[in-house]
Amino acid sequence: MTLSRRDVVNIALLARLQITEQELPVYVGSLSAILAFVEQLGAAATDGVEPMAHPLEGQVQRLRDDQVTESDHRDRYQANAPAVEAGLYLVPKVIE
Amino acid sequence: MIPHHATVAEIGRGLRAHEYSSVEITRHFLGRIDHANASLNAFVTVTPERAMADAKRADRMIARGEGGPLTGVPLAHKDIFCTEGILTTAGSRMLSNFVAPYDATVVERLAAAGMVLLGKTNMDEFAMGSSNETSFYGPVRNPWDGTRVPGGSSGGSAAAVAARLVPVATGTDTGGSIRQPAALTGLTGLKPTYGRVSRYGMIAFASSLDQAGVLTQSAEDAALVLAAMAGHDARDSTSVNAAVPDYAAGLHRPMKGLRIGIIREFFGEGLDPGVGSAVRAALDRYQATGATLVDVSLPNLPLSVPTYYVVAPAECSSNLSRFDGVRFGHRCAEPRDLMDLYCRTRGEGFGAEVKRRIMTGTYVLSAGYYDAYYLKAQKVRCLINADFKRAFEQVDVLMGPTTPTPAFAIGAKTGDPITMYLNDIYTIGANLAGLPAVSVPCGLVDGLPVGLQIIGPHFSEERLLATAHAWQQQTEWHCKLPPLFA
Repeated sequence: MTLSRRDVVNIALLARLQITEQELPVYVGSLSAILAFVEQLGAAATDGVEPMAHPLEGQVQRLRDDQVTESDHRDRYQANAPAVEAGLYLVPKVIE
Repeated sequence: MIPHHATVAEIGRGLRAHEYSSVEITRHFLGRIDHANASLNAFVTVTPERAMADAKRADRMIARGEGGPLTGVPLAHKDIFCTEGILTTAGSRMLSNFVAPYDATVVERLAAAGMVLLGKTNMDEFAMGSSNETSFYGPVRNPWDGTRVPGGSSGGSAAAVAARLVPVATGTDTGGSIRQPAALTGLTGLKPTYGRVSRYGMIAFASSLDQAGVLTQSAEDAALVLAAMAGHDARDSTSVNAAVPDYAAGLHRPMKGLRIGIIREFFGEGLDPGVGSAVRAALDRYQATGATLVDVSLPNLPLSVPTYYVVAPAECSSNLSRFDGVRFGHRCAEPRDLMDLYCRTRGEGFGAEVKRRIMTGTYVLSAGYYDAYYLKAQKVRCLINADFKRAFEQVDVLMGPTTPTPAFAIGAKTGDPITMYLNDIYTIGANLAGLPAVSVPCGLVDGLPVGLQIIGPHFSEERLLATAHAWQQQTEWHCKLPPLFA
């Protein structure tokens, strides 16, 4: 699989990553090489094989009782935020 | 005289025998960090005030006859574990201003056992790397040879313990990130079964593969620390609710009758001849003590690296979407709009390898490519898992080398990601199948340490540690120190 510059620009946009002009050819090369490398998986016979998402068989997602177990940590958590006001996270204007 | 080369078990005994206090031990190791960290770059943050407070508390416990084998013993945490009130960076610019608001379960449990926190260790950015060269805080140097890498991603933990700046450090292992650096620095490195240790508060890379463990000087130390870390945690839904054995009590098992499978695929092309002969010599030694060696083939195992480089980037692209410049971490200056905020924050905050993996993951999960890449890799993962299951019907443990070569030079593999990825060719299989595995020192090649890897069935940590301990009772490789730090 060889990716074009346009492909990589599109992937970067989907991933919300700004890529500079200088970085672009490096990623075109390395991402194409990685995809070519993983293509050897195509040769494995996997008809009828179940996809494996979790390493332990028989593990089921546990459910807990619907009870309040946490106290309010908003101020402590928001101490790490780049910008807050009145307990709200600030972002650039979304709606004109 | 305080023995900086003492193990966790020995320091614990010395403290309880009042040969020295935790305050004295802690000062001693802080002094070693002060002296050596500038050259090794093993720590991102050193926490002397916290350490002295922990040590004083431990000394009071010991004076009252309280505490256990770990009380008063210093440790360091990989900087991927959240530590309340302490900078927690994951080796990334993205989190270079992040002061964790809570403790990871691993941090909480080892503190409750009375251990003394000396600091947070350097690592590959978000644990993505095999050489500790992707860290925002710069490369870590191998104490055995400062021109070489210590391995990664737990490279700071490995260098710190190898140079005896701290007697034990935690690590995480997604594709070999505990075992590979342990092998390259002459340490014992244990990756437990997936779900054995809580992942709560451990910054996520690939959630179906990540597991916390330890880098220690011996299997005995790994047994002591694992017993304190492991166990069910309601805050991690993948944490397994199973009793934690007394691993230290289970260390003394005879090797007679142990069936050892030799993984044929681990002795082929690409294995350094010196590493190969050190590992073969170890296998012969096990046979001489009564174990049976069985040739075992895991035919799908050679596909583990390509499988991993679909599954892990896919999970990473999803996990790392949380770093958006809104709630915590780096934010770009003066964003024009929300899209610009996201793209520039992430473009600036992540390093090159992390961006490469996010983009690989984004691609293999994107519409039209999901079946060909992600679903296919999950199916091959199932085949690899089935190979291991078949092997464990015949044998108790599997053995082979941990890495294809000893530590390589800093800069040697940074130009070609695939060459770097192939360094984990022997370690990734255990992560894909969720199996516990340990690397133990088994020789020196041109003055550089080499690791023997032992892999067991799910939840066989007790047997793995006993098997490693038996080796360490007969050999001295794990007692060898880097000459500059001896």
